Amino acid sequence: MGSLGLIEIWRFAWRGISANRLRSSLTILGVLIGVSSVIILTAVGNGSAKSVKDGIEKLGTNSITVMRNGGGGGFSRSANSNTKPLTINDVKALNDKTRAPQIKAAAPILNAQGSCTYGTFSSTPQSMKGTWPSYFEAANSPIDKGSYWTNEDVTNKRAVAIIGTTTATDLFATDSPIGQVIRCNGQKVTVVGVMKSKGTVGFQDADSVVLMPLTFVQRSMAGYGGLSQIQVESVDAASTTLAMDQVTTIMDAQHKIKSATSADYRVLNQASILQSSSTSSKTLTVLLAAIAAISLLVGGIGITNIMLVSVTERTREIGILKAIGAPKSAILSQFLIEATLLSVLGGISGVLLGIGISHFSVLGVKPVVSLTSVLMAFLVSAMVGLIFGGWPANRAASLRPIEALRYE
Amino acid sequence: MSVPVVKVEGVTKVYGAGDTAVHALRGISLKIEQGEFVAIMGASGSGKSTLMNILGCLDAPTDGNYWIRNLNAAELDEEQLSVVRSQLIGFVFQSFNLIPKTSATRNVELPLAYQGVSRSDRRARALAALESVGLADRAEHQPHELSGGQQQRVAIARALVTNPAMLLADEPTGALDTASTAEILALLHEINRKGSTVIVITHEEEVARSARRMIRLRDGAVVEDVTWAA
Repeated sequence: MGSLGLIEIWRFAWRGISANRLRSSLTILGVLIGVSSVIILTAVGNGSAKSVKDGIEKLGTNSITVMRNGGGGGFSRSANSNTKPLTINDVKALNDKTRAPQIKAAAPILNAQGSCTYGTFSSTPQSMKGTWPSYFEAANSPIDKGSYWTNEDVTNKRAVAIIGTTTATDLFATDSPIGQVIRCNGQKVTVVGVMKSKGTVGFQDADSVVLMPLTFVQRSMAGYGGLSQIQVESVDAASTTLAMDQVTTIMDAQHKIKSATSADYRVLNQASILQSSSTSSKTLTVLLAAIAAISLLVGGIGITNIMLVSVTERTREIGILKAIGAPKSAILSQFLIEATLLSVLGGISGVLLGIGISHFSVLGVKPVVSLTSVLMAFLVSAMVGLIFGGWPANRAASLRPIEALRYE
Repeated sequence: MSVPVVKVEGVTKVYGAGDTAVHALRGISLKIEQGEFVAIMGASGSGKSTLMNILGCLDAPTDGNYWIRNLNAAELDEEQLSVVRSQLIGFVFQSFNLIPKTSATRNVELPLAYQGVSRSDRRARALAALESVGLADRAEHQPHELSGGQQQRVAIARALVTNPAMLLADEPTGALDTASTAEILALLHEINRKGSTVIVITHEEEVARSARRMIRLRDGAVVEDVTWAA
């Protein structure tokens, strides 16, 4: 039957849309919000995943952490109630170059809690650690200003500290902290150096830190119990896996572990932390995309609604078109194109707005737009027009001419 | 003898059922030949609009047969009926029924578009049709920029542009003043003189008297069918 010129159908569809600009704009707005939120929210999800990943990489990919077993997360060998604490002897064993050629340095870490003051200023560092000078190498933490404290300071239990930039700003604002005496948990401590800034990883501010000699922290703050962690650095990123094996061998010997299942410690490296963080950020992205998809669905229902109104309003016109010979297919495609046009216009403007907004940081996250989400959002919006416009269009096309003509 | 344009045999139309059933047509039979000018007369409720809807393939009879040329309307599906409306019938309505916000030319082009006529052809034929109703100078005007008489002439051009077997006009002058009524009647007669079959449904004696044949309906039945000498 008569193939109505495509241009003619488009013209009719466009006339339908432009006849009621406000109504059409609001419908388009519904789709626009749906499409742009899909793009923005998935970009925020990707962005937060990327920032966590970047942050962890900044901490050093050759870092290996040995922890006492028990407590959640990461590479866990089964819990054992009969566990030995981590000791200085473990650290010394790990620093044995003949037994562990792939280990560059190992350092003990003893965590203390509390706050530091300088005059009227006060700061509560996210971590206060007692350690050895090898930590600076093992944890990829060079200093920016001042100097390192030394093995001699450790031997003599000296009250010296290297602080992070956040702690330095809290206590000294813009003044130089080098050589100043602060009080940490009531103990006088001399600041000898400031670390290079490492930035924030998730909620963890790596610059809110005070590093002191292990022996000083044991004597004045945390006592002589077991160590909190042992920080190990492999010679390079490629040998991290090998270094982890060596750590395991040495620790098994130290703690007299017979089988892997009875180990009383666990070994973590950045790769495994990276893996678990990317899993959780993937979940976040999916969740955000689901929320956005719901708003796209609502936009689609808006199209159905407006098309039903449009069909009702133009019932008489449909009757006239049928009387002068319009076949069912012409009416159907006219209304389908009208609905698709609405959703595609919303889709295009939603893509533009979504990409535009994604250039700004949202809730402290720099969004990363993925091409897949843009294409998906756009295609889905076009489909939304066809699916949600289909029912009203079919209703229009199925009207009996005599009834449509009589409609007032 | 040639095939009549319209042949109706024992057509009835009942709306509703049971006690509330309304018998709009009670067995109508008639024939209309090529080139006739027929007026279908009747008071409101006489069934003339129902008859017109059946003749125009907008509605189906409850019983009886209707042939347009040699096609039995009852045997056609919806898609085929739209072809019949597109190619054999030209409608003119009392309320003009032009598509709003669409120029006169485009309104006239529309039936050709549904026939799949090419764009340039369509335009040429639409302009020719508008010229034949004396509106060549209003081709680009939109319906709301035209008077009632002019709108009806655009509607007639739209009905004629496909060269239909018959022109079906339902109260074509019902919404017009006396001067415009005379104009439209003259136009319909001119179209008829050129060979088109014209069927006018009306309740106005004056319109009926100008026709050569008058069929009068009362209570759904033909009560008078007269042909005057030319």
